[in-house]
Amino acid sequence: MAYATQGETIAEFVNTTKRFGRVLAADRLNLKIGKGEFLSFLGPSGCGKTTALRMLAGFEAPTEGRILIDGQEVGAEPAYRRPVNMVFQHYALFPHMTVAENVGYGLRQRRPRLAKEDIAARVTRALDTVRLGDFGPRRIWEMSGGQQQRVALARAIVNEPKILLLDEPMAALDAKLRGEMQTELLSLQRKLGITFILVTHDQQEALSMSDRICLMGKGRIAQIGTPRELYDRPANRYVADFVGRANILTGTVIRNIGEHALVRLASNHDVVVEAPHPVSPGAKVDLAIRPEALRLATAPQPGLPDIVAKLCRMTFLGEHVEYLLSHPALGQLQVMVPRQAERALPGVDTGHEVHILWDQGNGLILGQD
Amino acid sequence: MRIYALAVYVFLYLPIGIIALFSFSAGRSASQMQGFSTGWYAKALSNPFVTDALKTSATVALISAILASIFGTMAALALSGMKGRIRVLFDALIYIAVMIPGIVIGIATLIALVTVFDAVNPSLEAVTGWRLSMGRGSLIAAHVLFTMSLVIIIVRARIEGMDRALIEASNDLGAGPVATFWQVTLPMLAPAILAGFLLSFTFSFDDFIIAFFVAGSETTLPIYIFSSIRRGVTPEINAIGTMVMGVSLALLVIAQLTLRRGKAPGQ
Repeated sequence: MAYATQGETIAEFVNTTKRFGRVLAADRLNLKIGKGEFLSFLGPSGCGKTTALRMLAGFEAPTEGRILIDGQEVGAEPAYRRPVNMVFQHYALFPHMTVAENVGYGLRQRRPRLAKEDIAARVTRALDTVRLGDFGPRRIWEMSGGQQQRVALARAIVNEPKILLLDEPMAALDAKLRGEMQTELLSLQRKLGITFILVTHDQQEALSMSDRICLMGKGRIAQIGTPRELYDRPANRYVADFVGRANILTGTVIRNIGEHALVRLASNHDVVVEAPHPVSPGAKVDLAIRPEALRLATAPQPGLPDIVAKLCRMTFLGEHVEYLLSHPALGQLQVMVPRQAERALPGVDTGHEVHILWDQGNGLILGQD
Repeated sequence: MRIYALAVYVFLYLPIGIIALFSFSAGRSASQMQGFSTGWYAKALSNPFVTDALKTSATVALISAILASIFGTMAALALSGMKGRIRVLFDALIYIAVMIPGIVIGIATLIALVTVFDAVNPSLEAVTGWRLSMGRGSLIAAHVLFTMSLVIIIVRARIEGMDRALIEASNDLGAGPVATFWQVTLPMLAPAILAGFLLSFTFSFDDFIIAFFVAGSETTLPIYIFSSIRRGVTPEINAIGTMVMGVSLALLVIAQLTLRRGKAPGQ
C-alpha cells in the first residue's frame, strides 16, 4: 500500500519484515514518512507498532526488507549512529545524573567534542523549550511524572534529530496531564519542524495529533491516511471497528448509483451508502455506519426506510446519550443522540419501540480485511 | 515464643558481649572482670606479632577484595548476557561455591595448589631460578575464588533490577557500547560493586579455615589468635577479637547502606 507524500521523504520502510522466532512481528511494511510530518503508528498491543518504531531507532534489525532514513539505507547501522532520537515509554532517564546532565548526554557523545559552554547553552535552551528552565540542577527522582516526561523530551530534541520517535510517551500520565502534553507536543512539533513518529494505542491521541495515522494489526499495515480518512473511509472491518465506534452490518448490493450503492439489509430495508470501491450488483458486502450518523424518531419519516427496533439501554454521557437498540434481523445497533435531539423523543424509555432513521448516503461499504 | 526468641538471642550474643566486656578488664584473667582499663588494647596494638598479623590480614583482604570485585563484576556482566541452560548451570555453581563449607574449599584449594606447584616448579626453577610456594599469593588466590561468588551474586541482582531501556537510551543518544558501559552501566552498578567489595574484605579479613590451609608461613590475624589461644587466653585476645568484630560489623553496615542507597532513587 504505497502512499506518496507531497513533500520530501525522510524515512521509508520497503518490504520491511521482522520475525522473533516464529512470531511475525512486522509483515512486509511499506511506508513513506514525509519531512516534518506527524505520523502515528496506532493499534492494539502486539500489532507490530512498537517493532516498527524500534527498527527505525536501530534497536531491532529487520529480518527482511530495508529501512531508509534520509535516503540512506540504515538496516545494519547501530542505534548510536542513527540521526534519530527516542522518548521512551517510561522515559529511561539516567537516575545517577541531574536533569541537565541527562539532557546534555547526547551532546557529550559528539565527536569532535563540543565546547562545554556550547553544551551548557544548548541544554539551557532545550530546558527552556520544555518549560523546565530552572530545573537543571535537580535530581531525576525529585521530578514528577509530567516533568520527567519533559526532561525525556528535552534530552531527545537537544540533539536536533531528523526524526523524533515517541514510544507511548503519555501512557503513564493521568488524563488531564495527558491532554496538556498532547497540546504541548503538537505545538513543539510545529515550532521545531522535526518529523515526529508516535506509537500509541490510544485512538483519541492519534486522531487529535497526527497528520497521518498508520493503523496496524497483526504485524501488517491495515490503513494509512489522515485521521479524517481513517474515520470517514475505513478500508475494512478492522479499521472501522478500531477507530471510533461503528455498527457493522451485512447486505446485498442491488445497484450502483455513481459513487454510492443501493444495498438491501438483512431486514429487507434498502439503504443508500457510499461505495469507495466499485461493487457489482448481487455481491454480499459489509457495511459500517457510525452511531452518530443514525437518528431516532417516534414516527417513520417519508422517503426513508422504516427500521423499527426495541430500545434496550440508554447511557447518559453528558453531551450525548448512547442508545442501544435491538432489531430481530439486524442485531444490536448503537445510536448516539446529541442532548439537543433528545427532546424529539419524549417519553421514550427502555422496552419501547423506536424508529431508526438512516439518511441517504450515510454509511459505507467496507473492503476485505 | 517471645521468651524462647529472647533465649536464642541471649545464647547467641551473650558470649560475644562478654568478650567485648572482658577486653576492658584491668586484671590478667580472660574470664573475670577486674576493674576497667583500655590497657589490653594498648598492649595488643604494641605487640609486633599482632601488628604484623594485622598488616598481613589487611593487605590480603584489600588485594583479594579488589580482585574479587573486578573479576566478579566481569563475570556477572557476562552471565547476564547468557541464556537458557548454561546460565542456570553457572548460577547454580555460584550458589554452590557460597554454600560449600570453608574446610572443603581449604583442602581442595590446598591440593590443587600443591599439584600445580609440583607440576610447574621444576621447569619454572630451571628457567627463572625462582619457585612458587604457599604464602600471600596462594592466600589471595583462594580468597578471591571464594569471595568472587559473593560479588557475582550481589552485582547480578543489581543488573537484573536495572532498566534495560537505560542502555538503549544511551545508545540512542549516540553512545556506543564502551561509552555506555563507562557512563551508564558502571555508575549504576557502583553501589552493588562497593557492597561486594566490602563483604569480600570482611570475609577475607575474618577467614581462618581457608587461610589455615593455604597461608604457608604467613600469619594472618585469625591464625595468630588461634595459635595464641593454645598458650592460654588473655584479655589481649579479647581486645583483638573485639577490634576485629568492630571493623567487620562496621564494614557490613556500610555495605548494607550503600546497597540500599543505590536502590532508593527511581524505584
